[in-house]
Amino acid sequence: MYFGLSEEQSFFQDNVRKYLEEHATLDNIKHIANGDEKNLSAEIHQGLLNLGMNGLLIPEEFGGLGLDLLFAAVVSEALGGGAGPTPFIAPYVMAPIAIRHAGSVSQHENYLSKISTNEYCFGVGFSEFIGKRNDAGITFSDNVLNGRAMFVLDAYDATHLLLADEKGQIFVVDARSSNIEIVKLTTVDKTRQYSEVICKNLEAELLENSSDSTDPIIQAIDAGRIMLAADSLGASQTMIDKAVDYAKERKQFGRAIGSFQAVKHMCAEMAADLEPCYALVWHAAHCHDHSPEEARLMACHAKAHVSEMSKGIAKKATEVHGGMGFTDLLGLHYWFKRIGLNRQILGSPELIREEAYKTQV
Amino acid sequence: MDLEYGPEYQDFTKEVQSFCEKYEGLSFTDGSNNPLGSSGGSGGPKMSRSEWQKTLIENGYFARSVPKEYGGYGGEADILKSRIIAAEFSKSNTPGPMGGQGIDMLVPTLLEMGTKEQKEAYIKPTLHGEMIWCQGYSEPNAGSDLASLQTKGELVGDEWVINGQKIWTSTAQYSQMCFCLVRTEPDAPKHAGISYLLIPMDTPGIEIRPLVDMTLKAGFNEVFFTDVKIPRDNIVGKRGEGWAVANATLGHERGSLAPPDATMNRVNMLMHLMKEETLDGKPLIEHPIYRDRLMQIQGKVLAQQSHALRLLSAKLNPGTDVKIGKMIQKLTGTELRHELEGLAIDVMGEIGTLYEDSPHLKNDGTWQFIYMYFLGLIIGGGTSQIQKNIIAERGLGMPKEPKVEGA
Ligand SMILES: Cc1cc2nc3c(=O)[nH]c(=O)nc-3n(C[C@H](O)[C@H](O)[C@H](O)COP(=O)(O)OP(=O)(O)OC[C@H]3O[C@@H](n4cnc5c(N)ncnc54)[C@H](O)[C@@H]3O)c2cc1C
Repeated sequence: MYFGLSEEQSFFQDNVRKYLEEHATLDNIKHIANGDEKNLSAEIHQGLLNLGMNGLLIPEEFGGLGLDLLFAAVVSEALGGGAGPTPFIAPYVMAPIAIRHAGSVSQHENYLSKISTNEYCFGVGFSEFIGKRNDAGITFSDNVLNGRAMFVLDAYDATHLLLADEKGQIFVVDARSSNIEIVKLTTVDKTRQYSEVICKNLEAELLENSSDSTDPIIQAIDAGRIMLAADSLGASQTMIDKAVDYAKERKQFGRAIGSFQAVKHMCAEMAADLEPCYALVWHAAHCHDHSPEEARLMACHAKAHVSEMSKGIAKKATEVHGGMGFTDLLGLHYWFKRIGLNRQILGSPELIREEAYKTQV
Repeated sequence: MDLEYGPEYQDFTKEVQSFCEKYEGLSFTDGSNNPLGSSGGSGGPKMSRSEWQKTLIENGYFARSVPKEYGGYGGEADILKSRIIAAEFSKSNTPGPMGGQGIDMLVPTLLEMGTKEQKEAYIKPTLHGEMIWCQGYSEPNAGSDLASLQTKGELVGDEWVINGQKIWTSTAQYSQMCFCLVRTEPDAPKHAGISYLLIPMDTPGIEIRPLVDMTLKAGFNEVFFTDVKIPRDNIVGKRGEGWAVANATLGHERGSLAPPDATMNRVNMLMHLMKEETLDGKPLIEHPIYRDRLMQIQGKVLAQQSHALRLLSAKLNPGTDVKIGKMIQKLTGTELRHELEGLAIDVMGEIGTLYEDSPHLKNDGTWQFIYMYFLGLIIGGGTSQIQKNIIAERGLGMPKEPKVEGA
């Protein structure tokens, strides 16, 4: 029995971390967030592709590494930790899983191998299956899609998109078609992209096995949720580390603020809240591949619980920094906002806990 | 990640299961006057608690790695087998072994630091449930700041003469023995002047006054010592080393206060209750706010269960770093259990306030009882605030509070 990361997983995670430390420096993140360095983000994306990020979950027969979801989770954790300004969850986790479960043999052949060679990069828009807001939603008839999909992940630089309707049917569309309009949504989190996708008689290919079962889309959403939980886990750890370091250095009243119990206890609470999240996220990722009967519940709770813990950590870690924490200069807010987005994307905690309950009746 | 235990352990699990089946519904002939174990079931075999302890030991389901000569089973320490035993007993309707401070704290301490004579004299009767212990640490003026304790021990001839007072001493009124911290070196610095003594509770000069706690049971006591004389060999470790000896046992206590599997059993029980109880004609579980709160807690407990697996794995695979992981257990485990029991009261509303033998009481009034009981555990054994100091200072390396002159 061994509960934890393998050497390969830790090694890969370290590589991603090191890469981000060097290339996604705070200065670079600022440039990307301010929109004044268009190429930086693409460079970082490419750098991570060079590490093999795109092929993690693609089966070996299609040129990938055929690893399990825990591997992707440790990458996601590192990306959260470094506020990695790059697409990951949609193109390299949700898309491969959705295609694997929903695609026919020829669709596997066609799409999975092209993800592993980097010819195709998918954005994913499943929001309306999870919870349709206002008049959003797409409909499929006569082989074309019409309507709007909101909060599509990583659509802007994608070659293709996976879009889902309310029933959980998944469609492949060409992101460069003239019948599609991709509108960038400006959120508080400038380290990743979210878009609105408007389809007008847009040609679409149904992933065949998603027409009569919601299992494929649920598999992809569960995996996406575990990735978001892992991202928040990494982001929270970074915020705690920064707060603890700051509290040891900053002096007021002639002593380090970390010697004040109010500060000390905030830090202890953050650590105590976060520590079990490691095990929960790893366990959920493990169950996704190896323990199907527990997988749904674990994925739901991982996302909801880590979202709750991270929200508190983001607040407290900022408070520990005093006025400095509130500045743009320090940049702590990039993690605060990343945690804020992770919480709402692919289902906010209340929605997910409702799903968690439904899996038990 | 590999959560399989392996075929050997599958066989062992079956073995434990069939043992549990054989003794299902076991009840005790010596009633419920022993506060340290479950009260047993009904419809199964009958025996005394002590006989049950011996049966468990003979089969290797209790005191598994304690040497035979001291009354244990004498097996190899096997962390996975211990976990399987605990898990199978908690699933079954068969009472587990007794707990209590003697078994959970004193026995491990003696095994680690006791003399051969002490091990021979005390471990076996303790394991058999024939010798109950209490922990005499806290004093009226020494709680969180335990090392400031003042109960005095003086060596006169071949005897320790003890004078002073202990307080909050759980189960003292049922105990044969007390492991006690006593100041024996008045001139040494605070932490270096304490010894760890073993005191028979029937020694003349000991007076026990039960204290009723908020649950309305006398869970703890005041214990007064007036010229209490015990043999000089009744010391564990050397003179002045009692602080280190005590710290070893506190570690044993903190880990075992609130196991997440037990908390999950209560979550399941609450979910069941929420399906049966109705409000405005609808089961409680159909009320979205209550349901969401239940799910929130379920998520927290799942996180702690996964965390427990991580800690288990760290024991099996030395070298894994789980320092903070262990430090948070007492804090998070007791707080969560208290929160869960409190949720049950909230969802029941007025019915949740019923207590003791009231009509309409649910689940024998355990929700209110445990809600309060766990507040006691949040305070006892190092309060939540003290736990946070430990996590921050020892776990995160944050600076200590400046020392106050003379403290
Ligand atoms: C149910 C129960 C059973 C017990 N059983 C036993 C037993 O069998 N044997 C035994 O010896 N003792 C026992 N105790 C005693 C227990 O260990 C003490 O109550 C506990 O350590 C707290 O000490 P105190 O009661 O003196 O509170 P105090 O130390 O006076 O604490 C009061 C408040 O001040 C806070 N505080 C104190 N110091 C600090 C600090 N440095 N930083 C921040 N906050 C601080 C505490 O957190 C608490 O909120 C038991 C207690 C309970 C509740």
